[in-house]
Amino acid sequence: MASKKLIRKGEGSSLISIIGDEDTVTGFLLTGIGERNTKGETNFLIVDSTTPQKTIEETFKRFLKTPNISVILINQHIAEKELRPFINEYDGIIPTILEIPSKDVPYDPKKDTVLQKATKLLYGQESQD
Amino acid sequence: MSGGIIVTSLATKQAFQAKLKAAKKGHELLKRKCDALKARFRVIMLELLDTKKNMGQQAQEALLFVAKAAYAAGDFHQKVKDSVRRATIRLDMTSENIAGVSLPTLHLRESEDADSNLGQIGIDRGGQTIARCREKFRELLDLLVKIATLQTSFVTLDQVIRVTNRRVNALEYVVIPRFQGVVDYVSQEIEEMEREDYFRLKKVIDMKRKANLADDLARDAKKAAMIKDYEDQQKKQGQEEDGQEENILDEGEDPDIIV
Repeated sequence: MASKKLIRKGEGSSLISIIGDEDTVTGFLLTGIGERNTKGETNFLIVDSTTPQKTIEETFKRFLKTPNISVILINQHIAEKELRPFINEYDGIIPTILEIPSKDVPYDPKKDTVLQKATKLLYGQESQD
Repeated sequence: MSGGIIVTSLATKQAFQAKLKAAKKGHELLKRKCDALKARFRVIMLELLDTKKNMGQQAQEALLFVAKAAYAAGDFHQKVKDSVRRATIRLDMTSENIAGVSLPTLHLRESEDADSNLGQIGIDRGGQTIARCREKFRELLDLLVKIATLQTSFVTLDQVIRVTNRRVNALEYVVIPRFQGVVDYVSQEIEEMEREDYFRLKKVIDMKRKANLADDLARDAKKAAMIKDYEDQQKKQGQEEDGQEENILDEGEDPDIIV
């Protein structure tokens, strides 16, 4: 195995952030990924039918800019509705964006941007199944 | 290099031959790197596709548990939200080196947090359901971190392969032909110059030979002329002398020698 070394300075650790509906976020918060800093900012956003699109957009952008967030979890139906164009044009490495299903909307690999890119590269076309 | 004046000398030819060799070697090395990366890339892609599809199933199962826990514990969501302080789950990033590329790996790290209230949520009721819910989500999180690692490697490799491929193509279709072209051109010119020199030399030798030949002929001719002159002269003298001799009989007096 080649050499392993930490490539982040400082604490050498980073957070998982999440944008999702109440059930999803609660479930994940239970494991202990949530953090609230002194300014009251958190690394999670609960989205319901009243949340304005602007809030979702801005939180997403904030997560992208926060240096110690390396993963952003998003319910796929929220990604589809509000954030698809941003996700499509995002080509960064860290943080990485993972789409997860919600209680009512199962996971659809055809809508997942990164997965489609991989399928296209592997099979020369978007996934059919 | 483009548009430069090329001196057609042996030194230039050798210099560009060296450059050509280096470029070819570089091209071969880069190609090998690219192939290694592509192989790794395929592996990661397949794994990513597979794992993500499985994740969908697992996530939905976990989410059922939240509903159960909420039902059992009451005012569940608010309590969880409020109890967030510092994260006890964090990610560590290490990197592996594959064919010269640094690929990131993410690991979950759980730390103990003394003043975390999360553990206290289910104390009054529904504790077991909540505990199971937490377990399920923890498993899901492990899977998601694995996917995150695969995804970051995937994106990194994609970019690196594109760049390396571009360099390979640049060498193959631009740099190497250009060097080859210069070497060929200089070789041709040197050959041409040698041929010119050779013919010039031949011409000079020819001319010299002709000149020598002409000289010899001229000298011979002169010699012959001189000899002829001399002979003529002799003849003439001889003729005069001859004239005197013939009259011996005709002379009147022939004094006796004895008196």
